[in-house]
Amino acid sequence: MDKEISERPKWDNKVQYLLTCIGFAVGLGNVWRFPYLCQTYGGGAFLIPYLIALVLEGLPLLHMELAIGQRLRLGSVGVWNSISPYMGGVGVASMMVSFLVGMFYNMILAWILWYFFHSFQNPLPWRDCPVNLNHTAYISECEKSSSVNYFWYRETLNITPNIQTSGSLEWWLVLCLASAWCFVYIGFVRGIETIGKAIYATVTFPYLVLTIFLIRALTLPGAADGLVYLFTPNWDTLKNPEVWLDAATQIFFSLSLAFGGLIAFSSYNAQKNNCERDALIVGCVNSFTSIYASIPIFAILGFKANENYNTCQNWNILQLTNAFNIGDENITVENYQDWFNQLNATDPSEVESLDLKTCDLHTFLEQSASGTGLAFIVFTEAVINMPGSQVWAVLFFIMLFCLGLSSMFGNLQGVLTPLMDLHLIPTWMPKEIFTGLICLAAFTISLIFTLGSGNYWLEIFNNYIGSMPLLIVAFFEIITVVYIYGINRFNDDIEWMTGRRPNIYWQATWRFISPLMLLVVFVAYVVMQAEKSPTYSAWNPDYVYFPLAEVLPYPGWVVAICGLLSAIPVISIPLVALYRFICFLKNYIKTRHNPNPYANDKTKKFYQVF
Amino acid sequence: MLDKILFLLCLASALADERCMPDTPHGFQVRLSIKTALGDEAYVWNENEMFLFRASLAFAMRNHMNGQQFEVSNIIVCNETMRVSFWFIVTSPLDTSQLIDQENVEAAIRQSRNRINSAFLLTDKTLEFVDILPTLATLYTHPTPPWLIVFGVVMGAVGAGIIIMLVSSVVQKKRKTNGKPQDKDDDEETRVKTVENGDAHDGVHNMSFSEDERFTKM
Repeated sequence: MDKEISERPKWDNKVQYLLTCIGFAVGLGNVWRFPYLCQTYGGGAFLIPYLIALVLEGLPLLHMELAIGQRLRLGSVGVWNSISPYMGGVGVASMMVSFLVGMFYNMILAWILWYFFHSFQNPLPWRDCPVNLNHTAYISECEKSSSVNYFWYRETLNITPNIQTSGSLEWWLVLCLASAWCFVYIGFVRGIETIGKAIYATVTFPYLVLTIFLIRALTLPGAADGLVYLFTPNWDTLKNPEVWLDAATQIFFSLSLAFGGLIAFSSYNAQKNNCERDALIVGCVNSFTSIYASIPIFAILGFKANENYNTCQNWNILQLTNAFNIGDENITVENYQDWFNQLNATDPSEVESLDLKTCDLHTFLEQSASGTGLAFIVFTEAVINMPGSQVWAVLFFIMLFCLGLSSMFGNLQGVLTPLMDLHLIPTWMPKEIFTGLICLAAFTISLIFTLGSGNYWLEIFNNYIGSMPLLIVAFFEIITVVYIYGINRFNDDIEWMTGRRPNIYWQATWRFISPLMLLVVFVAYVVMQAEKSPTYSAWNPDYVYFPLAEVLPYPGWVVAICGLLSAIPVISIPLVALYRFICFLKNYIKTRHNPNPYANDKTKKFYQVF
Repeated sequence: MLDKILFLLCLASALADERCMPDTPHGFQVRLSIKTALGDEAYVWNENEMFLFRASLAFAMRNHMNGQQFEVSNIIVCNETMRVSFWFIVTSPLDTSQLIDQENVEAAIRQSRNRINSAFLLTDKTLEFVDILPTLATLYTHPTPPWLIVFGVVMGAVGAGIIIMLVSSVVQKKRKTNGKPQDKDDDEETRVKTVENGDAHDGVHNMSFSEDERFTKM
């Protein structure tokens, strides 16, 4: 048993390690956040701030995390503790953020599983509105919005009209959440031993599916419109500072920095390993995946916009045909304008009364979304119109599930490795039970997200935990390594590990550029959050302007919780430093009164273990 | 005699024709979109097709109002357009001056909608009775929701996987403990040695020791 403790587990081979890091970095955000940002911020032009952020902020931080984990061979808490006991709080903050993010992230996986389970029906359940009890009409909530919206908000989430109404635990979501956690457990059960095997499938499969989708999507009508719209650069957007801020935050969260997971993974490496090349590989693959994923996504969105446009036009045609009793199919999309002009000239009042819609392809293209909206509303609508919808739906949801699962492994490893390094696991407990306990605890707490108001809570967790605390942690990480550990010492370590001293690019970015960028991004982020009053969009069928979302302010107690969620992980940094300082003072006072030359060593070693 | 009968018939039909007009309270408008439904295989709408329509409507009326023998002549059509659309009214077979009310006609059409549609190779959308909503097809409710079946299959596989994992690790541990008693003595010695010679293997342990100097400096 003792041999196992002193022998650190390690990766079977280099490929496993790289795939795991790539899997952790490449997640759902690459598929549903990056394409949306690309489209909102002027298409091809967005790539410029994105790549600049990658080069100046993403790669240096990534390299630093991989190097420090590999050198010190400890998880996040151990690493920061051994650099300086006062900075141990950084590790604790990382661990807490990892755990909290893992909780809500798995809820998204549960939703993906729910849609996956429902993709094995013909027709797909989100295609048609259900009929009311009298069989006289469709359910009004569904008719007013759309069948995909209804399926997502009512049949999946059963969402309440506001966050104060909690509703009850939705049993089907509890089932899906339990199965998501079982999947996570089965991959995570023995730490990197099992993760290393699982990721062969979960990391490679999404690329396969993306390629299949790419080939399929490019053959759909309207795909070209979507792609042109996505990639047409609009250089004016570069003048907007929000674009640069979003690019910086996107690259930061996309690479999953400051979670402690990357440090944990690299700590299982052999020390003589080229971490510089690893960092470049992981960073570049992550960015490449984002760009590669946006091509089929936007081709499919272009197809959907095209379908909507055709439906709109055909509706207009039908109205004219019926009102003027013109022969069936005499008015087509091509001659519509001629017919319209002719009819308008002869009978303008009649044409007026028909209330014809203005069909503009551009308006339909702009109706994109990010996040869960993209996957569960926009994409599901597009899939209905593709021949063989079930196959595409199944493939899509498996891909999303794999992407999310490999990120979950990283999150949980960022919790497990520090706990193991701190020797907080009782020696009698086998690792399998401990990982099971972590999964069980996370499952129990994340039952909040299965309530009727669960989606609102998930948004809160996403906005307040997965953002600001990470920026703060990353800032402290880089300051600790560069100024407390010492950049020269760090350079020596890297030279020892890789055989080459880091060049001027790494030096410049580590010392000045990256910390400065992080600080600027953090301040800008805080300023922007402070300007916006905390509101959220609620789905309320009784709202006057339904199906538009009702924008409600957060109640006071919810705002307090948001503040707590942001503050608690971060507060551990000063708390731990304070605690260490107090211990140091106590020790100092003790030695002043009892000069015992041997007491120093013993007490110092005791505190260092913690 | 024949002339009189003919005259009466013409009169009757002429009277009926006046009652059939657009927006009549007793009839319905019908719209056919044959080209949309059948594309290249669309048939031309002519007198014969109209006859078939009237016959199928008479059939629907017969089905609904049992006993009354509706004939083709009881279905009166007017205002045919190129669309193809027209209005129709239904007269009672017992008294041609009496019109069947809208509710009965609607109910009859609803009942036999499928049969009328298939006579023309059309659907509810392409053979449209204006203001008669098609009975909304209820989605087929499965006895067990299919998603639960998929869930059961997937979870069964995952559960089996977890059990296999746990059992295999228990078996592995048992094998290790069986092999252990032999090297336990060697272990004790080597353990002591590794602690003392820790520096030789991993420079890492040195890190915590070297930290000591920094600590005292502070």
